[in-house]
Amino acid sequence: MTLLSVRDLRVTFGTADGDVHAVKGVSFDVSPGETVAIVGESGSGKSVTANSLLRLNFGADVRTSGQVLLEGRDILAMSDEEVRHVRGREVAMIFQDPLTALNPFYSVGRQIGEAYAVHHPEASKKELREIALDSLHKVGIPEPGKRIDQHPHEFSGGMRQRIVIAIALVNSPKILIADEPTTALDVTVQAQILELIAAMQAEHGSAVILITHDLGVVAEITERVMVMYAGRVVESAAVADAFVTPTHPYTRGLLKSVKSLDSVRHERLESIPGIPPSLINLPSGCPFHPRCAHADSLAGRCSTEVPELRRVGPGSSACHLPDERLLNLLGGAHER
Amino acid sequence: MIFFVLRRSFFAIVLLLIVSAFTFVIFSALPSDPAALTCGKNCRPEVIESNRERLGYDRPLVEQYGAYMKGIFAGRTYGEEGSSIHCSAPSLGYSYDRHECVTTLIASTLPVTASIALGAFVLWMVIGVGLGTLAALKRGRWQDRVATAFSVIGVSLPTFFLGLIFIMVFVIWTGLLPFPRYTGLTENPVEWFMSLLLPWFVLAIISAATYVRMTRNGILEVMNEEFVRLGIAKGLPRRRLIVTYVLRAALVPIVTIAGLDFAFLLGGALVTESIFNLPGLGKLTLAAVINSDLPILVATTMVSAVFIVVANTVVDILYGYLDPRVRVK
Repeated sequence: MTLLSVRDLRVTFGTADGDVHAVKGVSFDVSPGETVAIVGESGSGKSVTANSLLRLNFGADVRTSGQVLLEGRDILAMSDEEVRHVRGREVAMIFQDPLTALNPFYSVGRQIGEAYAVHHPEASKKELREIALDSLHKVGIPEPGKRIDQHPHEFSGGMRQRIVIAIALVNSPKILIADEPTTALDVTVQAQILELIAAMQAEHGSAVILITHDLGVVAEITERVMVMYAGRVVESAAVADAFVTPTHPYTRGLLKSVKSLDSVRHERLESIPGIPPSLINLPSGCPFHPRCAHADSLAGRCSTEVPELRRVGPGSSACHLPDERLLNLLGGAHER
Repeated sequence: MIFFVLRRSFFAIVLLLIVSAFTFVIFSALPSDPAALTCGKNCRPEVIESNRERLGYDRPLVEQYGAYMKGIFAGRTYGEEGSSIHCSAPSLGYSYDRHECVTTLIASTLPVTASIALGAFVLWMVIGVGLGTLAALKRGRWQDRVATAFSVIGVSLPTFFLGLIFIMVFVIWTGLLPFPRYTGLTENPVEWFMSLLLPWFVLAIISAATYVRMTRNGILEVMNEEFVRLGIAKGLPRRRLIVTYVLRAALVPIVTIAGLDFAFLLGGALVTESIFNLPGLGKLTLAAVINSDLPILVATTMVSAVFIVVANTVVDILYGYLDPRVRVK
């Protein structure tokens, strides 16, 4: 059974320079307890996609269309009050920067308790404190009894992200959206936070949607990966497949631009030529074609026709190249 | 926290001593001879000299300052036995022009100025923060435009102009209010209120203009903060989010500035008090300027300085309570 089903999600921001098409027709499903990663460069639309799931895209002129079905109920069609009951209770979110995500004016205990109290108005103060204490303990804050009354600025970045996670999980949500949860943290802390998210997921049985640009993070805790480029999903596959036999030329470039520990020492680190396209003036046809080495081989089709996401081998890919070429693009020679 | 309060208070006292010394030196350096001002134009030199001696202006400056400071704590007697004048502590000097102890003069103005300042302060905070909040929440809509227009007009209007317009409209044309004549609160609360209504509004409108903008910008800034987004993601109801997250954060800097502005107003609203004929500290100061009444000027300057320094200290201490990040252990 699908828990979350996103259908043809489109998000456009009206700006003074023109419409920014941040998300252009994204569809995907998430099953209960599953971990899905959305990967892409800055501006690929991954964060906007994640924010849409809770209607958290704000601005003077935001236009969203499509469907975000949570157990069949369309979040995009709900009233503000209905969405409010989904937020934090059924779908919770971990933000990128723990240094700014916590309210500096209130103690961490109060902030955790508040997240619970919003959806459990009957809870007494004493109960809320118990819950906050328990949450702090579970996310690995030492001496929770002492720390509960402290304010966010008294915690380190890693500790604050643990508190953000405690807030997100206090209602045992069905879905946990983690938007670059380790990007702002020290490398040594990153692994701990990922482990914590995985452990909490196991305990609460939540599905996790992980937004990241860090392929190492993807490999570590997710089962399925969606690669986004210029507001579209260009490849979707199980992590094992995507990493070993990426089909889309963009995914391939992305993987090649990561240095692994066992790579040859003086080997040149490859990069994808060009820069990500402007979301106001997208290239015609396949948005990746100006940067793609294979675009010329299809007699102009790449610059005129947008490729649809279609089944290719074990996963899906949005590329005009024929299946056999996509599957043999690497010749199975990727050393990873 | 207690240590912090004590330390801040200590520095406040040191600062006041420095301010008082500066004020004293500056007014002594003025070209006008305070002794000559004690009697009229055709004054005999002997009288000037005897007054100079009586008031202590013949002594070295340091001694004068010492006597002045001593007077604040112990009171001061001018002149010899028989024809002496005594100003009891805290003595801030003697005004020869008015033949009265400066402290008595200032004390009589303080209730007036305090009444003006307090009412105007309450009104401008309500108008300023209220309109600013409304403008921020209805950003880009007509409420926002009205608030912005109000703020622009308020900032550009001179106090005397608005004051005169108010008198013209409410007193002369419509006769809704009597011409302001100050009545003490204890004498007749209704008349007290009526006499202060116009000055309150004049001061409030002019000060509120800045607060509308500060509040609006502060709120819009806080609304973009990540922690507010987390509050929304938690599922907090909008009203609660605005009060406990947005306003809570946006008002901290505003409270700080408001404290100082209030103290400044306590030092006397010179123009407003003059226009509405209110016998407050501002009017006393203005009259002293016109009459070159140096003892009063020195005293009002110091009293205003005390208000500012005290407010600064209070705001600093308050800030520690309002923002946990600056709270001192």
